Amino acid sequence: MNLGSMLAFVRPDLDWHALAPELTLLAVGTLVTVADIALDDKAKRMMPTLAGIGLLVTLVPILTLAVDGAERPMFGGAYVVDDFSLVLKALFILVGYVVVLMSVDYVREGDYYENEYYTLLLTSLLGMVMMASSRDLVSVFVALELLSIPAYMLAAWRKGGPRSNEAGLKYYLMGVFASAVMLYGMSLVFGVAGDTDFGTIAAALTGEGASPIIIVAILFVLIGFAFKVSAVPFHTWAPDTYEGAPTPVTAFLSVASKAAGFVALLGLVFVAFEGAADVVQPFFWVLAAVTMTVGNLIALRQTNIVRMLAYSGVAQGGFMLAPFAVAFEDDAWQLPGTDITTTPYFAIVVYAVIYAFMNLGAFSVVLAVSRRTRSGDISSYGGLFSYAPGMAVLMTLFLAALAGIPPASGFFAKFVVFWALAGAGTPAGWVLAVIVAVNAVIAFGYYARVLQQMWFEPVPEMVALGVDSGGDDDEIDVAEAANSTAEQDEYGDAWLATETRQATMVRFTPGKIPMTGALAAALAITAIATLAFGVLPGLVSHFGEVATFHFGG
Amino acid sequence: MDATGFDAWALTLVVFLPAVGALVMMAVPRARELELKMIALGASLATLAVGVYLLFAFDYGNAGTLQFGVHKGWIDAINADYILGLDGLSLPLLILSMVIIPLCVIYSWEHIPEPGNAKALLILMLILASGMNGTFVAQDLILFFVFFEVVLLPMYFMIGVWGGENRRYASLKFFLFTLFGSALMIVSFVALYFVATNDAGAALNTFNMSELAAAAGGDLARGTQAIIFAGLFMGFGIKVPMFPFHTWLPDAHTEAPTVGSVILAAILLKLGTYGFVRIALPFLPEGAAAWAPWIGLLAVIGIIYGALGCLAQTDMKRLIAFSSVAHMGFVMLGIATLTPIGINAAVFGMVAHGIITGMLFFLAGSVKERYHTLEISRLGGLLKSAPRMGWILAISAMASLGLPGLAGFWGEFPAILSAYSPGAGLSEGTFRTYMVIAAVGTVFAAGYLLWLFQRSAFGEPKPEWEGHVIADVNRYEWAAWTPLIIAMVLFGWVPGLIFGVVDDVSTGIACSIGTAVVGDCPWTG
Repeated sequence: MNLGSMLAFVRPDLDWHALAPELTLLAVGTLVTVADIALDDKAKRMMPTLAGIGLLVTLVPILTLAVDGAERPMFGGAYVVDDFSLVLKALFILVGYVVVLMSVDYVREGDYYENEYYTLLLTSLLGMVMMASSRDLVSVFVALELLSIPAYMLAAWRKGGPRSNEAGLKYYLMGVFASAVMLYGMSLVFGVAGDTDFGTIAAALTGEGASPIIIVAILFVLIGFAFKVSAVPFHTWAPDTYEGAPTPVTAFLSVASKAAGFVALLGLVFVAFEGAADVVQPFFWVLAAVTMTVGNLIALRQTNIVRMLAYSGVAQGGFMLAPFAVAFEDDAWQLPGTDITTTPYFAIVVYAVIYAFMNLGAFSVVLAVSRRTRSGDISSYGGLFSYAPGMAVLMTLFLAALAGIPPASGFFAKFVVFWALAGAGTPAGWVLAVIVAVNAVIAFGYYARVLQQMWFEPVPEMVALGVDSGGDDDEIDVAEAANSTAEQDEYGDAWLATETRQATMVRFTPGKIPMTGALAAALAITAIATLAFGVLPGLVSHFGEVATFHFGG
Repeated sequence: MDATGFDAWALTLVVFLPAVGALVMMAVPRARELELKMIALGASLATLAVGVYLLFAFDYGNAGTLQFGVHKGWIDAINADYILGLDGLSLPLLILSMVIIPLCVIYSWEHIPEPGNAKALLILMLILASGMNGTFVAQDLILFFVFFEVVLLPMYFMIGVWGGENRRYASLKFFLFTLFGSALMIVSFVALYFVATNDAGAALNTFNMSELAAAAGGDLARGTQAIIFAGLFMGFGIKVPMFPFHTWLPDAHTEAPTVGSVILAAILLKLGTYGFVRIALPFLPEGAAAWAPWIGLLAVIGIIYGALGCLAQTDMKRLIAFSSVAHMGFVMLGIATLTPIGINAAVFGMVAHGIITGMLFFLAGSVKERYHTLEISRLGGLLKSAPRMGWILAISAMASLGLPGLAGFWGEFPAILSAYSPGAGLSEGTFRTYMVIAAVGTVFAAGYLLWLFQRSAFGEPKPEWEGHVIADVNRYEWAAWTPLIIAMVLFGWVPGLIFGVVDDVSTGIACSIGTAVVGDCPWTG
């Protein structure tokens, strides 16, 4: 968008079909709010259903646009609906749908505000859906704020709990700080390029060399997004926010919000900063290597499952960042049978899709199990296989996927990262591939801790109340544990111990996990996707190819 | 090479029948144990039936080419296809795997280890069967990798859930060691895809194993080949396991339940050696030649180290585990010579070790069940208290130490022999030294096995067992063990049954290495 041309306002042509997904989402969000005001309390039970149906309806225009297949640029190229954006829009909507399924009982049983919750969720999704189409610094920023601000509020949704407040506040402060850094970087980029459009920026940066101003501009923009995708050393908000936020929100943040960050990075790096490979590639090489290594090492020390998944998410983010490090290397490697020449791009899209389902699945199991155990301690998973074998098998599937063990889907995600790194054919690419390989092994260490608990250990007699699972459960006998000090020694992890051991110890009776239809549906969707993408990776790689086509041709 | 009719489906059935059995079992409630066992047995026997068909339908005149081929698209984006095929190298190992699984199911009929749950144990066994069968017939690197990895989690759970005291440590160690190897292995696979060329220097860009084998490294520089080979070496060498990566093995074997040990020893270890022969050697001849002296060195260290380790053990199961390190050393020595005799010996050694060590672990399991201990010093007089079991132990120990007339001999002796004149321009002096060391290793092997047999079977039963009834071999054990005992004797007398099938493939591999490295293949008739 050239600022000069804005002086004389001309109403841009609107392609209503192209905007239909966004408008549908907006309409559903509004409907939820209005319905809450207009209808009585009973109707509130309908909110999640309404939100869920609304999300599924949103898929319809996405499908019709995909069938149509035309590339539809709008607003001077600042907003583009193409195959890439449609694949990711569909991903966000599906993730949103699963999160709604996960939220239904959690929000209701916890007696939290229902309609506001879903309205904010839908608004945040709207931001993500817009992010997928943004091809301009301004539209990227608007989409980013639109998706972030509702997320800050969602993180603090359990407003009675200090942890949740901490989660929201930390997320907010860090997020705003990141936005400020990013905005400053964007202003510098605008100063250099004279425009905010990705294509024009790319043209302006090409051949400029790495002048200090360009380095600073690009690094600030990228660091802003590094916060968003919780890359080390900008990850510090993530574990506290993830642990404190309501678990469905945590799942949402760790999957959708992170994916949105990657979507923005894809556009920025591959299009806008194409001319600045010398700055971008080394930055991502270091960022990816540090993120996966540090994330993994800290995850090894976690005793709380949500924190463990938070750090695992940091490490997974590192794997996803790795292909950026070879973004502009020799792209003569064509994907066979296609004209896709940008394997790193493909790898990141595929990883994001696979990661979304396996991670949502893991969080769904955490939610389900906590309905019985009321705890977030990894030790509370002891003996799960003996009293809830189905749940243990599902968790095993999701953890195997996260660890990258075939035939669960995650192995293919890791594989495409290797593929991209090796395809570059540079020493830097090879070294990073080996670092990824070693980290994949370290990661199994902490996933195995959960597997060991579920399969090998006896059912614990006492568990620490941790994860807030909503309403009361009469079957659980609350009692102060006299021997909590003894258990503390067992872990010998002082700073974590003080944090988790403050919780009340309660006697635990194993038994059938109280399931609900919505949660079961969430588990089914994620499990089927995780298994199907693993056995037939062609399914997911097809979408990866489609998303990458707009780039190559 | 694509087969038609039932032949086109045979290998797919072999791979997926066990998995289908496992799926069916998941739907059956845990309490209906007999039905569950019947399904597991049915699925594994049905797989074996297809295997028997393969044995008869296999064209032995063309053992060097892939038969029963299937080639379908799988992951187009990365050019990985669903390719299965069977040749003389795969056939013996596939049949071994298909025989061992039903025997394990039969053995489990009455021997479900603590903490019970036959359903889960049998399901894991069937998943293992699918993974192992798949590894032996996969002809696409990515497909191979998937099957290679599929076996990890079931074995991890088998050791971890049904294992002994130290099962958590042992299972995690097993998993992390193997995973580390396979992570580097997959990097090497991807590297092969991108850098492998044909002789003209054009990139192959394929995961198809027969194309990569046919290219035999193309015009890749020796240094590049050696680096990629190193990644494969880590992947396969840890699985074998080769010294110094063997440390997971004694722990895993000692802690694993009986059937877990049997499957681990009989088949899982073979995935590593099979990988060397199927992938590492033919794809990267120069790399193989560069590494062969070191592989040979590690192999003979493994032979001696494993033997010394055996002599230091007081636990019967741990002793057998260490003997595996030594036996796999012979297999690796055979492979390292890069000669047809060596590779033939290696494949024979794999099958023989699978049969014999599988049998020994069965015996250890049954001894443990009767005495509740495997401390060799507390056993004794087995020939008196349970004479049939004592004699079976005698035969198995003799077979294991390489007595001529039993299967073990044909794995060890030709491997030692082949080191006399290694192929591909390898140093004769070095390999003849290895030969001498390996020969000394056989003496050690006789030492520790006879020592084991003598202490556990000879003499009077120890006074502490007075009043205990030490039951002799029961009918389930007979059913599970008879085929293995027959095989031990049969292959001992008619080694040609295996050598004849493998020879075409191993000559082909040795020749392609010889041609690529020194431009000469002295073995073609």
